[in-house]
Amino acid sequence: MEAHPADSNTLARYLDTGGYEALRKALKKMKPEDVAAEVKASNIRGRGGASFPTGVKWGFLPPDTRPRYLVINGDESEPGTFKDRMLLERDPHQLVEGIAISAYALDVQQAFVYIRGEYPKPARRLQRAIDEAYEAGYLGTDILGTGFDLDITIHLGGGAYICGEETALLSSLEGRRGEPRLKPPFPAIEGLYAKPTIVNNVETISNVPWIVANGGAKYAAIGPETSSGTRVMSLSGHLKKPGDYEVVAGLTWRDLIYDVGGGIRDDRELKAWVPGGASAPWFVPAEHLDTPVTIDDIAKQGSMIGSGAVIVMDDSTNVVGAAHRLVRFFSHESCGQCTPCREGTTWLERILDRILNGYGRPEDIGLLLDVCDNISPGLSWPPAMTTICPLGPSATAPVVSIMRYFRDEVEAMIPTPVGATAASADGTRGEVAGD
Amino acid sequence: MERVGRSPVTDDRSFVTINLDGVDVEVEAGQALIDAAQKAGTYIPRFCYHPRMNAAGLCRACLVEVEGPRGTALVPSCTLPVGDGMVVHTKSETAKKAQEGVLEFLLINHPLDCPVCDKGGECPLQDQAFAYGPGESRFVEEKRHYEKPIEISDLILLDRERCILCARCTRFSDEISGDPLIEFKDRGNYVQVITFPDEPFASYFSGNTVQICPVGALTAKPYRFKARPWDIDGVESVSLVDAVHSRISIQTSHNEIIRIYGVDNDATNHGWLSDKDRFVHNHVQSDGRVTTPMVRENGELVAASWADAIGLVSERLASYDSSTVGGLGGARSTNEDAYAFSKFMRSVVGTPHLDAQLADGLDPVFATSVVSRAAINDLESARTILLWGPDLKEELPVLYLRVRRAATELGANLVVVHPRRTGLDDVAAEIIRYKPGTGSEVLRKLIAGEGEFANARAILSEGPVVALVGRTGLTEDPDTAEAVAAFALELPEAKVLPLMRRGNVYGALDMGVAPALLPGRVAIDDADGRAALEAAWGPIPDGPGLNSTGILHGLAEGQLRALVLNGSDPVRDHPIPSMATAALENAEFVVAFEMFISDSSAHADVVFPVAGLGEVEGTATNLEGRIQKMNRIITPAGESRPVWSIMNDLALTMGSDLGLTSAEAISVEIADVAPVYAGVTWDALSWGPGREGVVLPGPDGTQPIQYIPTDRGVPVIAGHRILHTSRVLYDDGVMVRHSDGISGLAQRGAAYLHPRDASMLAVTDGDEVVVQLDGAVQLPVVIDPDLTEGTIYVPFNLAATAGLGAVGTLRIDAVRGGDA
Repeated sequence: MEAHPADSNTLARYLDTGGYEALRKALKKMKPEDVAAEVKASNIRGRGGASFPTGVKWGFLPPDTRPRYLVINGDESEPGTFKDRMLLERDPHQLVEGIAISAYALDVQQAFVYIRGEYPKPARRLQRAIDEAYEAGYLGTDILGTGFDLDITIHLGGGAYICGEETALLSSLEGRRGEPRLKPPFPAIEGLYAKPTIVNNVETISNVPWIVANGGAKYAAIGPETSSGTRVMSLSGHLKKPGDYEVVAGLTWRDLIYDVGGGIRDDRELKAWVPGGASAPWFVPAEHLDTPVTIDDIAKQGSMIGSGAVIVMDDSTNVVGAAHRLVRFFSHESCGQCTPCREGTTWLERILDRILNGYGRPEDIGLLLDVCDNISPGLSWPPAMTTICPLGPSATAPVVSIMRYFRDEVEAMIPTPVGATAASADGTRGEVAGD
Repeated sequence: MERVGRSPVTDDRSFVTINLDGVDVEVEAGQALIDAAQKAGTYIPRFCYHPRMNAAGLCRACLVEVEGPRGTALVPSCTLPVGDGMVVHTKSETAKKAQEGVLEFLLINHPLDCPVCDKGGECPLQDQAFAYGPGESRFVEEKRHYEKPIEISDLILLDRERCILCARCTRFSDEISGDPLIEFKDRGNYVQVITFPDEPFASYFSGNTVQICPVGALTAKPYRFKARPWDIDGVESVSLVDAVHSRISIQTSHNEIIRIYGVDNDATNHGWLSDKDRFVHNHVQSDGRVTTPMVRENGELVAASWADAIGLVSERLASYDSSTVGGLGGARSTNEDAYAFSKFMRSVVGTPHLDAQLADGLDPVFATSVVSRAAINDLESARTILLWGPDLKEELPVLYLRVRRAATELGANLVVVHPRRTGLDDVAAEIIRYKPGTGSEVLRKLIAGEGEFANARAILSEGPVVALVGRTGLTEDPDTAEAVAAFALELPEAKVLPLMRRGNVYGALDMGVAPALLPGRVAIDDADGRAALEAAWGPIPDGPGLNSTGILHGLAEGQLRALVLNGSDPVRDHPIPSMATAALENAEFVVAFEMFISDSSAHADVVFPVAGLGEVEGTATNLEGRIQKMNRIITPAGESRPVWSIMNDLALTMGSDLGLTSAEAISVEIADVAPVYAGVTWDALSWGPGREGVVLPGPDGTQPIQYIPTDRGVPVIAGHRILHTSRVLYDDGVMVRHSDGISGLAQRGAAYLHPRDASMLAVTDGDEVVVQLDGAVQLPVVIDPDLTEGTIYVPFNLAATAGLGAVGTLRIDAVRGGDA
């Protein structure tokens, strides 16, 4: 069989390769708490961006409140991320089986899959898989004759990155504006329709059939203990072989970029890369090329593996332009609820725009950093927030990155004012050149 | 999660200790940190937070540092309930930088409109930018631009450039008033507050959003550009638009009322007002005001001197047999003016025929003296609320807000009983709709929990129960309300609130402007009470006297000969307009104490100009029996004077001394003479907790009458079609008619028909019908599937519906062919 058969999304092909055996095992041979225990033992951490241990999240559900809901986050909008799209289009039954097993473990009878509106084909493929599963008796009432009921409903988003934030997603699912809610309460306590809700990423749940079929311990044994299992990384940018790759954590960035990704296009020099989606502070060859790709190593180095999206930039990149493009994304996607994000991200975009077009001023450097500081005080990692959700602080990541690693390039784009001395061109706040 | 915000009124208070900027303070548990800090003397800046709404935590201006197990974090203090041992830093470097940052962010797109913005001078953005902001903005790019301002309703203008997107207005409209007609649109930098297409912000409560908007984004047309806050004077008073008596601030400039603001009274309105409360003040400055005494000469009312007018009235009134004179009105008066009216009519004119109601309310004894009377704040702890009475949104809008709050925020189950759709239906646990005239049958079934009423009956068995009872409309027998109250008082921990709408009607009844009551809720046949009163007033006639229907009938038939109108318009407000008109035309002598020439005062032989809102000082008593102080701030227009002052002169000219030297002196006399008002002083009502009013009788006294409501057995009216007619907020009443800004808001009027009635009459939406009851009116049809079959609804006292009345044999005919 070829590696990626064209009919991989069909029930027939899925069954052919052992599909729904894990579901059969869970429903017929295991108790719900046993299934949950396997997931916990796997040490799998969420693949949506926050890397929160899935088994721990499942444990937050209050024991007696019903109904409970399971919501799969298929809003995949982090720039550079396209793994969930592939999983939905090419392996939807894997997700369906993962949902069914997880719902069984959590005592959920109604699951939702929230898919970004810009993914009609993945949504169609998933719906077809769901329809096939109903027909074959893997969904609906009395699944496999075990008395377990489950319905899965797909809901398409309206085109907003912020709806990938779990509480904004739940609000959108309820038919309201996709605006993040204050936490606490957390969704596990008060989520969809104020009921206990687990929100998990597409890839995370897609791992559940393997975990149940092979055991959590086996999953935990793959890769480093705190970055267990395999994960799909979306590689893009100035690479010879961009694409989705399933890897085991622990390889170095050099391995990932040059072996897996085939190296830089036209054999140019690597300048920088975004390690984990647009919200992640950048890495540079001098400091990070030979460090391991694991959740914790990256975090220790002041960034995040996030959604596993790696955007590679070669030496032809205007870093100010790249930062502007990323900041513009966040400004465009801000929900607008809270002041620092709504006003601050747009302000950052405007300043970078001026600098890009030759209208930068020396004080803009300090101003950019101070505006960032007012969104994310201390500009530290993990980021502090003056905002309701991390979108605002995410916008500061590209700005801080270019200032940290490419400050000279930024300064080179700012014309020196007439009569300025070196002292006044250092970008301190509020000082007029020439004083 | 517990809602952090204003907690329900409760007597249980517990305290915790927090460390606030290095100092340990004891604060009440359950409140938000921002409130606790403020009460302890530390003000934290805020925009989206409002003490009467749920916290949203989205402006981020209230960020403070709070120490926790994982270190110190910036937290929005409006969303954080205080906890014992909490360590808070509101002025640390990080907190101050965050606050400054937020203020700078808010100002980057805010236009420099201060010189032309209504809010300048009373603007929380200005004030907090000054106190908590950075002093300079570093933004050099182009600000957001919108077409500005835009009209979003007849009353409200929106300037989206000024808007700081605090969502106070949208949250108020959604959470508090239940009119979600404004909402955020679009995302991020492009978020704007806007109305829905083709749906203006036509809410009865829109003016509140102007008051709570922390910038000049929302402005009110009637006030726009009229004054600067530092030129404004103001006094507190109450709104007499209805019987809730929302607390207001009457604000003036150059001796003219320019604005009414809502004042937070925890017992009544929580700071909110209806738009009628807020915008009705223009009638005070209206050109239509009567400003001199007027006397009829050659068929026309012409200006006259006080000497002539008073002389004429005193001579004529003295010439009639006492028992042939009647007096109507008092609901538009202060208690002091109503007392003067009562004293003048009973002890000087010597007549017992006095009524402050126009057959449109409830039995006065039931309304004022019922046992277990509820206070509005009882709604805060009610498990179940029974509303069988008027549509509160139209007749008592601020009470509607309080009931809505109980049903949506406090978990009360609301049962609504009414002939048609009401403003509270969408938050009700159970709705019962019925045809007017069948109320007693519905009540019987509800008491028994029969059939479809089983669920409602089950809900009502969970106490504490607050029952709001009144007439659902003017064709309803007032005894139905009393029967409902009798049933309600058997429910667990029940309290009852009789609902009447008109201004100070409760105060007027308390002053004895009623055929069977003497001042202080004393029954007219109470020998001891009467003796005590006569000791102060001198002899008064036996009673009971005639009520308003009796008075008007007597005048129409000639048994009564003279009428004194105290701010009353029976031609428009009495359910039998033909009889009211006949009464006024037939009366030998009519004297009116009025602010305007109305359909009734137009018949008067003498009109005395009377002082009104903001021009009189006194007290008023609301539907809870709560007495509050009204203050004056402008000089009465023209030669107008308070009613008591004119009546004092009249009495003197008639040879009696009423002894009324000032409004305050009258209040002292009332405290002496009216048992329920003992111990009430203007001072007590002006300072301290008394400013929110005192519920009567006070702690020391009980009421002379302890009225227990009974079911007197209201007959079921069988009839194919019954008219349901009730008041709407904007109608053709005298005050609204003369109030620039809201006078045009009254609906044009229609006859609302159930679909089957319409098809039987072969009419549809827009066709014209003639509806006849007391009089006949021609109206367009509106099909209303929410009515019960056989109920015809026509709003009362619109220009197009005046004359229809509420008593008579109903006839409805389609207008055919050719007629418009």
